[in-house]
Amino acid sequence: MSDKMHIKLTVNGEDKEFLAEPRDLLIYALREKLNITGPHVGCDTSHCGACTVTLNGKSVKSCTMFVAQANGAEITTIEGIGSPDALHVLQESFKEHHGLQCGFCTPGMITRATKLLEENPTPTEEEVRFGMAGNICRCTGYQNIVKSILAAASEINSAKEAAE
Amino acid sequence: MSVTKPLPHDSAKLHVTGTARYVDDIPVPADCLHLAFGLSDIACGSIQSINLDAVRAAPGVTSVWLAGDLPTDCDCSPSVHDEPLLSDGQIHYLGQPVFLVAATSHTAARHAARLGQIEYSPEPALLTIEDAYLAGSQFGDAPRIWERGTAAPAIYAAAHVIEGVLDMGGQEHFYLESQAAMVMPQDGGDMLVHSSTQHPSEIQHKVAHALDIPMHAVQVETRRMGGGFGGKESQGNALAISCAVVAAATGRPAKMRYDRDDDFTITGKRHDFQIRYRVGTDESGRIEGAEFLQLARCGWAQDLSFPVADRAMLHTDNAYFLPNVRIESHRLKTNTQSATAFRGFGGPQGMLGIERVMDHIAHTLGQDPLAVRRVNFYDTPETQSGRTSTPYGQEVDDFVLDELVTKLADQCDYSIRREAAAQWNETNPVLKRGIALTPVKFGISFTLTHLNQAGALVHVYQDGSIQLNHGGTEMGQGLFQKVAQVAASRFGVPIETIKITATDTGKVPNTSATAASSGSDLNGMAVKAACDTIRDRMATHLGKNVQFEGGSVVVDGSAIPFAEAAKRCYESRISLSATGFYKTPKLEWNPETGQGRPFFYFAYGAACSEVVIDTLTGENRILRTDIIHDAGASLNPVLDIGQVEGGFVQGAGWLTTEELIWDDKGRLRTHAPSTYKIPACSDRPDIFNVSLWDGQNTEDTIYRSKAVGEPPFMLGIAVLMALSDAVGACGDIYADLNAPATPERILKAVQKVRDGI
Repeated sequence: MSDKMHIKLTVNGEDKEFLAEPRDLLIYALREKLNITGPHVGCDTSHCGACTVTLNGKSVKSCTMFVAQANGAEITTIEGIGSPDALHVLQESFKEHHGLQCGFCTPGMITRATKLLEENPTPTEEEVRFGMAGNICRCTGYQNIVKSILAAASEINSAKEAAE
Repeated sequence: MSVTKPLPHDSAKLHVTGTARYVDDIPVPADCLHLAFGLSDIACGSIQSINLDAVRAAPGVTSVWLAGDLPTDCDCSPSVHDEPLLSDGQIHYLGQPVFLVAATSHTAARHAARLGQIEYSPEPALLTIEDAYLAGSQFGDAPRIWERGTAAPAIYAAAHVIEGVLDMGGQEHFYLESQAAMVMPQDGGDMLVHSSTQHPSEIQHKVAHALDIPMHAVQVETRRMGGGFGGKESQGNALAISCAVVAAATGRPAKMRYDRDDDFTITGKRHDFQIRYRVGTDESGRIEGAEFLQLARCGWAQDLSFPVADRAMLHTDNAYFLPNVRIESHRLKTNTQSATAFRGFGGPQGMLGIERVMDHIAHTLGQDPLAVRRVNFYDTPETQSGRTSTPYGQEVDDFVLDELVTKLADQCDYSIRREAAAQWNETNPVLKRGIALTPVKFGISFTLTHLNQAGALVHVYQDGSIQLNHGGTEMGQGLFQKVAQVAASRFGVPIETIKITATDTGKVPNTSATAASSGSDLNGMAVKAACDTIRDRMATHLGKNVQFEGGSVVVDGSAIPFAEAAKRCYESRISLSATGFYKTPKLEWNPETGQGRPFFYFAYGAACSEVVIDTLTGENRILRTDIIHDAGASLNPVLDIGQVEGGFVQGAGWLTTEELIWDDKGRLRTHAPSTYKIPACSDRPDIFNVSLWDGQNTEDTIYRSKAVGEPPFMLGIAVLMALSDAVGACGDIYADLNAPATPERILKAVQKVRDGI
């Protein structure tokens, strides 16, 4: 058994400190040590995207990163994007446009989509599909996921225009 | 009325915030044990010796079980008691669980499970359909044969005879949430089971059997699954049983979740099929006689293979009248994972056979494939030319496909685009286009007739809120919302008044699997019955002329808020709780003779897909897909369209990119998403138009709706036929493209058609 490391993370704006083995994966640290269960374990191999979080401003698959590599990082999970009482525009959009069925991929999808819209606030449908290619959904056939993201983008942009 | 409204999924708000709980998200008590299986490394043979010292010594391991340590054989089979939890010394497939490890963490259990030293005495394994067919290795004493008329003489006398062979691969479910279960030991040896299952009653039954306790001592709860698709009808049994065994032995809670690799390696998938066909037609392409040999690869145990293979036989006709037909079905036993239920349950395989035949006829006769399909259609209710009887004797009396296909072909400019594709193919040597329009007619009901029953439990509380429970499970299809819509409509209250709780064997007993697309048909009716019982009691108490609408109870013209009405009834000692029960009427079926009425009704749909292939690489894209699907009078159009879109994409995945490859040792080589390609966001058709058919069920179903879970899966067949059409543009030979049509297979087919190699 390896020696444990002292890990510090800022997760959804809160400072967290805990001990972990160097080989522990970030997803298990989040789920088992911090009880943050929004990011899911789907494939264990970074293909499905159910575990997607934002780490220091980048979309990261937390199932293939050691928590030791994340030491000191700022992390946002689905829990930090909105809450049932205060939904983010993308969350509202996925709900209203039926961008989900079983819901297992949804936290990763929305976490990735928030970054996508930061990287490119006015994506075309093609760009949404390309930008979401690392997140797998087995239920919806993606039609409503793409629709949800495009609708959210246009809502965010009209809100911005109105503010200017 | 709440029914017919496009309301979001009942858990949408929880899903988008990551607060919807799956089994792996339930907080576990501190002393919970985590389990993993040690798996066999060979496909067939016997165990000579096992040394588990390293497993026992691994960090975190608390105990290890072999078959002999179990309280019973802990059978996991949903059918014929042929699946011991752990190997009894014989190995039947590579990946079969041999021992069970309990440890203090998921990772510790998985690490330890890899450390077993097992010596085998290997025997030759039967892996493929050809191997098993030649060896006569099959389940059942004899193949199942259903006949109507005299096929062979009809084919002999026909103007044209067409024959061929179609191979189609299986399919991994790839539910995003892998199999999972957790068991908490209770007072007096009772067990509380949380399981990601489509069939809580089966889990209850199998756990009770494993521990040799009555079913009343086992309570199974399922709030939701992260996808099921048939893969959680029987495949969750092993995990729940393992957890229960460990919980009973240690008194500690136990949890088991398959890692994705283990899930691929251990669990069953869709059945691979080979279909050999021989048909005779007249000059117009109309079938006069047809013979089908269906070879299904069932794997090592029987599981649900008999009803699956039966359903394949029952969909041999799809939308077409076969006056003389013979269908022979072999259920082959192989040393591979035990194939299981998967959306469509054999229907897609049977249907693909006749769709291939239609294209093959069209090619041979030089006709438009859609024209050949239409000339073979069943009668519409108007035509009445004696072409209404299925091979199994059920009448098709509401055949809307003629009209639906006409509408779809018009809407998507089928003829114009077919012409345009032909012109494109004339002038472009490398990229070839193909287009196909295929129909779906899918029978709705469990073919094991007694499964067509459901129960519900409804409580109205004194504050007017309503709690609803039924036997169906939620796996993303929106069943809970549809059923809540039914309850809201019966009581005339807003949907927010209704709370649906987790499926629980303690609330509604003896349920059937949420399968066969029957969830809302069965449970919707049971809920309606329960609601109406309470409604009648309330109405009788409140007055003579009573209506439930707009959140109120209107008594002789004056409205009382529903909550007030509930309170008054409670204070007058009126029971506000009721069960409801439903059984599907009109069913009568004998699988031995293959005659009767297995289905309450049929669901219909059609898809037109256009594709382009690169004849130098085999790469391909779906350019456009248009679909019209019949959901009857839809209970919730957005949920239904979601099923249609998702079903189509999953069906297209089965027939194109999703390839399962076993090596010659029987090891599944495509055991992760790195090598097994399910459709991604960028694989969806560029243009994708989906609409629902404007109609209602002619049978008396819940608000005249139709089941919609499985039927759209088979709309994906249009993609394979379009790819085959594109390959056909490379030469004169018929492009008998097999499935899955991966780039490699397409390239091979191109070479065959173009160069004759």
